[in-house]
Amino acid sequence: MMDELALFRAIYRIRRFEETVLEEFKRGVFSGTTHTSLGQEANAVGVITALREDDIIVTNHRCHGHYLAYGGDMRALFAEMMGRATGVCGGRGGSQHIHWRNLYSNGVQGGIVPIAAGMAFAEKQKMSGAVVTVFIGDGTFGEGIIYEAFNMARLWELPLLIVVENNHIAQTTPTSLVLAGSLASRLRAFDIPVAELDSSDASEIRVVAEKSTAFIRETSRPAALILNTVRFGPHSKGDDTRAEEEMRLLKLTRDPVRILAERLPLEQVSAVRDEINHWVAQAFSLALADPEAGLEDGLDE
Amino acid sequence: MNKTVLSSLNAGLLDALSQDERVYLLGEDILDPYGGSFKVTKGCSSAFPQRVIATPISEAGLAGLSAGMALRGLRPVLEIMFGDFITLTFDQLVNHISKFRWMYNNTVNLPLVIRAPMGGRRGYGPTHSQTLEKLFMGVPGLTLVAPVNFVEDTLRQEPGNLLASIILQTSDPVLFIENKLQYLLPIHQPQDLPDLEISAFSVDKRSAPIFPVYKIKIAGAPAARVTLTAYGYLAELARQAMLKLAYEEELFCELILPTRLAPFDVADVVESVARTGRMVSIEEGGLSLGWGAEVIARVAESLPGAQLITRRVAARDLPVPAAPSLEKRVLPQVEDILRAVRKVARYGK
Repeated sequence: MMDELALFRAIYRIRRFEETVLEEFKRGVFSGTTHTSLGQEANAVGVITALREDDIIVTNHRCHGHYLAYGGDMRALFAEMMGRATGVCGGRGGSQHIHWRNLYSNGVQGGIVPIAAGMAFAEKQKMSGAVVTVFIGDGTFGEGIIYEAFNMARLWELPLLIVVENNHIAQTTPTSLVLAGSLASRLRAFDIPVAELDSSDASEIRVVAEKSTAFIRETSRPAALILNTVRFGPHSKGDDTRAEEEMRLLKLTRDPVRILAERLPLEQVSAVRDEINHWVAQAFSLALADPEAGLEDGLDE
Repeated sequence: MNKTVLSSLNAGLLDALSQDERVYLLGEDILDPYGGSFKVTKGCSSAFPQRVIATPISEAGLAGLSAGMALRGLRPVLEIMFGDFITLTFDQLVNHISKFRWMYNNTVNLPLVIRAPMGGRRGYGPTHSQTLEKLFMGVPGLTLVAPVNFVEDTLRQEPGNLLASIILQTSDPVLFIENKLQYLLPIHQPQDLPDLEISAFSVDKRSAPIFPVYKIKIAGAPAARVTLTAYGYLAELARQAMLKLAYEEELFCELILPTRLAPFDVADVVESVARTGRMVSIEEGGLSLGWGAEVIARVAESLPGAQLITRRVAARDLPVPAAPSLEKRVLPQVEDILRAVRKVARYGK
């Protein structure tokens, strides 16, 4: 069992990073847009700590948490979002288009799912033993291409873990307004086994994710994990239309940081917080001092 | 008997499959005994049953799946049954496949070949006869290639060799544009065409694979008065028009045939137009915002101050009709090329 202090550390690192992103966006430090995973951090940490070193992660517009849980460098992601040459992708991708080691993200809904299936196809052919995990949301279920991918993944028995972070809201639209039937039944229609959890506890999520990946490695078949979760922040920067009182109550009961902190000795929690606060602040200032990204193809002349 | 474009492409696929175990073919109805709607994959599944995969009718998903395979080290080749259906892959091509390498700061390769037969003249009607590659020509990160049915002495590269070399050597996504009527054409060997001088140049000396540009002249003719440029199946119609004009009207042209359509490289066209001052572009896609428009714009930019007399031969901006009499009116014919060349040649004379 991975120790809960390490899980707490990983979750708090994402939290503090993304709080910094939202705070600093107001000051104009970042350009473009961002989608934070505040409140959903336990999904990233629970699932990704259940993966092996050579496994593959394919993620979406809300990808900072996945990147950081995977061990991604904070300065490089800050720099990417600030348009610095030292960014994860040299400033070319920005917040939602990053690639580092075996993690790939793209900012368009749905299209990453067949790509993840294709990666799983390749890994199966190469007999690498790697599992591909693709993170999608409830909103992604509106895109038809994912059903083509579910079909192929099951048909060709691909080692693909489909993680659905169901935060019950697509940008500003409640899922109930746009979804017929259920997420699970759509996956089961393709004979893809589904585990479903309603938790913000990284330890719990990790246990279920380990079972899913074990099933995939054993059978070389896809599996799905629906993680019912709560998005604390806005979809992007300031586009939250939900009632403040509702959000306040959810933050009391569903905060992954609080859930783990309550099970740990107070002084350890404080020490980790202080340490992470320091590293986040340092990563931020280093990125800020990094040089702007430039094109060196001579096209400006 | 000469090889046809079809048999050459088929041999190219078999060659690529046999040379590299990372090559996979995917597509609808491509397994033997059927061997694909146009038989380009005939024999492939019998020879390589593990690496030739019959797929569901899911072009969008297949484009994504192939991209994922390519990002993780395989060399997939995806057949789109009718080029018209490539519209279903648009999001994958524009928002995913063409972007990954550059947006990930050149940290990935995506060696994917998507083959698509375009073209009409078979009465298949509005959704099975189109020539749609112009929609993809301005997409950064996407290479478009169309073979021609000529072989030249130094390169000895048939359509199938071109296809195989792309499958085996590319590190970026390539749309390989085929044409239904071109499949049936014989591949002209230089000795079969004593009337013509064919030379070939590599568009980019550093690139592997090599994308040749063919330059075709009437053997022993005086200086060409008009530059023609075409690609794919229309190269054959342009050749026919060029011979007719030479023998019946003593109107001599030279014909430039690129095989790599995008990224655009018009140096050879510019070189020719600098001498003739007159050019006709020939394509089967719709006229507006097409390949010819871009070629002409680039030639004009490359020859500041020059007087250029140009015309585009292309399909009318209409859906391709099913009725043979209507289809003939909408798609460019040899007669349309003749008319355009005469107009351009006559102007100011």
